[in-house]
Amino acid sequence: MTPTHRDARDPGTKGPRGLGSRKKERIDELAATAGASGPVDEAGAIDDTAGVSLIASAWRRLRRSPVFLVGLAITIAFVVLAIVSSWLAPHDPGEWLLYDKVSPQSNPIPGPEPGFPLGADDKGRDLLSRLLVGSRQTLIVGVCATLFGLAGGLVLGTLAGAFSGWVDSVIMRIVDVMLSIPSLLLAFSISAVASRPSQWTLIIAIAIVQIPIFARLLRGSMLAQRSKDHVLAARALGVKKSAIVLRHMLPNSLGPVIVQATLVLATAIIDAAALSFLGLGNPDDRNPEWGQMLGRAQTYIYDHPHLAFYPAICIIIVALGFTLMGESLREALDPKSRR
Amino acid sequence: MTTTTPETARRDPRGAEPLLSVRDLTVTFKRQGEDPFVAVDGLSFDVRPGQTVGLVGESGCGKSVTSLAIMGLLPDRGNTVTGSVELDGRDLLTLSNKQMRDLRGSDIGMIFQDPLSSLNPVVPIGRQVTEVLERHKGMSRKSAKPVAREMLHKVGIPDPDRRLTEYPHQLSGGMRQRALIAMALACEPRMLIADEPTTALDVTIQAQILALLRELVEEMDTALIMITHDLGVVAGLCDEVNVLYGGRLVERGDRHPLFHDPHHPYTGGLLSSVPSLEGDAAERLNPVPGSVADNLPWTSSCAFAPRCSNAIERCREETPAAVASGDRVLRCFNPLGGQASPAESEEDRR
Repeated sequence: MTPTHRDARDPGTKGPRGLGSRKKERIDELAATAGASGPVDEAGAIDDTAGVSLIASAWRRLRRSPVFLVGLAITIAFVVLAIVSSWLAPHDPGEWLLYDKVSPQSNPIPGPEPGFPLGADDKGRDLLSRLLVGSRQTLIVGVCATLFGLAGGLVLGTLAGAFSGWVDSVIMRIVDVMLSIPSLLLAFSISAVASRPSQWTLIIAIAIVQIPIFARLLRGSMLAQRSKDHVLAARALGVKKSAIVLRHMLPNSLGPVIVQATLVLATAIIDAAALSFLGLGNPDDRNPEWGQMLGRAQTYIYDHPHLAFYPAICIIIVALGFTLMGESLREALDPKSRR
Repeated sequence: MTTTTPETARRDPRGAEPLLSVRDLTVTFKRQGEDPFVAVDGLSFDVRPGQTVGLVGESGCGKSVTSLAIMGLLPDRGNTVTGSVELDGRDLLTLSNKQMRDLRGSDIGMIFQDPLSSLNPVVPIGRQVTEVLERHKGMSRKSAKPVAREMLHKVGIPDPDRRLTEYPHQLSGGMRQRALIAMALACEPRMLIADEPTTALDVTIQAQILALLRELVEEMDTALIMITHDLGVVAGLCDEVNVLYGGRLVERGDRHPLFHDPHHPYTGGLLSSVPSLEGDAAERLNPVPGSVADNLPWTSSCAFAPRCSNAIERCREETPAAVASGDRVLRCFNPLGGQASPAESEEDRR
């Protein structure tokens, strides 16, 4: 295990241990788990029985972990809610149903009343319906941002892991630079560049921030794969380099990347909320999104804090769900924490 | 493990032209801040079609490095390989990476030690066999499939149709090694290198795998280099045995003469350290004392001298040269039994 661990770590990053290097170390640690993820690492200890796959043994441990089950339950509830919310919502979230009750001076936010259990927002739209339907947009933002970040990270990480030498050096230095900028600041800068902010500029800004994390993680676990026996065996069969990278190294390196993706989903949702709060979110609020609702609530935060509380609580619960699930997945797949 | 030696009516391959001839193979690894490490030093041997040649020695004697050097699988940097490795008159060491890639798997196959870690865990067995066929025979995946099934059947995997779609973790250790053999033999290479193919398997499976290898090698007339530290494997399989110590050949001979009458003290030590069923159970094994760490440098002495029961003063002062007499090669000043004339030292010869 030690040599793979050393491999996964970049010799060029022994600089001062600042915030950035801690972040890098965490990523590399996760990457190193891919190197040792096979159920049999003691060579020569193979008996004649069928082995247990990594996923089966991880699942056996996860099944009994309350942390994982809570995370999984929250995640499933969230996804199901996002899918059925259009039918579940009592009213159209974009319609100004209670607008006649809104008076800017005395009563900017209509309170609860029959049919509208949480009241309405500043335009008289039903708050409950907006919260329910908001889960859909939140899911879209989180998933799209994660997927784009994952795709970009896969490309960069595969390139860096497949070609060592200068390709690797150039890509990893770019990644290091991106990692050294605080993620929210980077996302803020990227979305500020867009002339017209929309949901997609938000998604792209968050995705770009995730790319270096995925790239570094994937490169680390690809490097660990390179010294594996089955890669040597494939080379001994004369398999082409492209096939070795795409069929033999990449699929075996994906484990920690997928785990990271569940964690990134939580970050993406929170980042989206933060950017919306800072006014860089989607200006079009006919389709509600929790981060955007939170951002709009700041005008009324002193007199009507519930407008901010509800979406904030939703975001916290969902982010907690993804994080709990991701962390316990990571722990289950990490050979170091196996009992 | 003592596999019974079948006295098969096997044609004597010695007359044939060598398929692979290794001459003066030397592999040196650079070390940071230290002298370079010579892993293999001036090794020469021939392998003929249908012949099985054993490379025997303990861990660190350079047997695996030899196999990787022949396959061209040593890392690009940090080592130097000199000498020549000729396959059918083509020096493999001068070929480009691409030429070597075309050769590996089609002309030279290799079987590795640990069958689980040598299979890709996320690709079905069948796909891993067809991959080789697609690569070297230009077959489509569809047309390669029946060939792969035939191959799995040939290596004794029952129900090959089902196994084709299964993943390595679903197979037992013996099955995995059979699958690896199927992959290595899929393109019917003329040369097969088996690097301790039975080390990770239990004894009954070992015997099966060895029997399978012997069968396949005879059927396809493949030349086989068997790398092992297990003398039982050597006794059961090899026609010619090369005993390596510290990167150099110390003794070579045909199987029977070598086992009956070992000349080199190291060979003798290896043979007497094998547990025997005939002996008294209370009798202690005779291990070769010491470890590789005690080695002297070959450049000014015999590396084995500190561990040798027969060492004389000369062993620590001069380098013994490899001396051939008939089919035997011996590198020793004071051989067992004292029947052979003491080897000349390398300085004498110059």
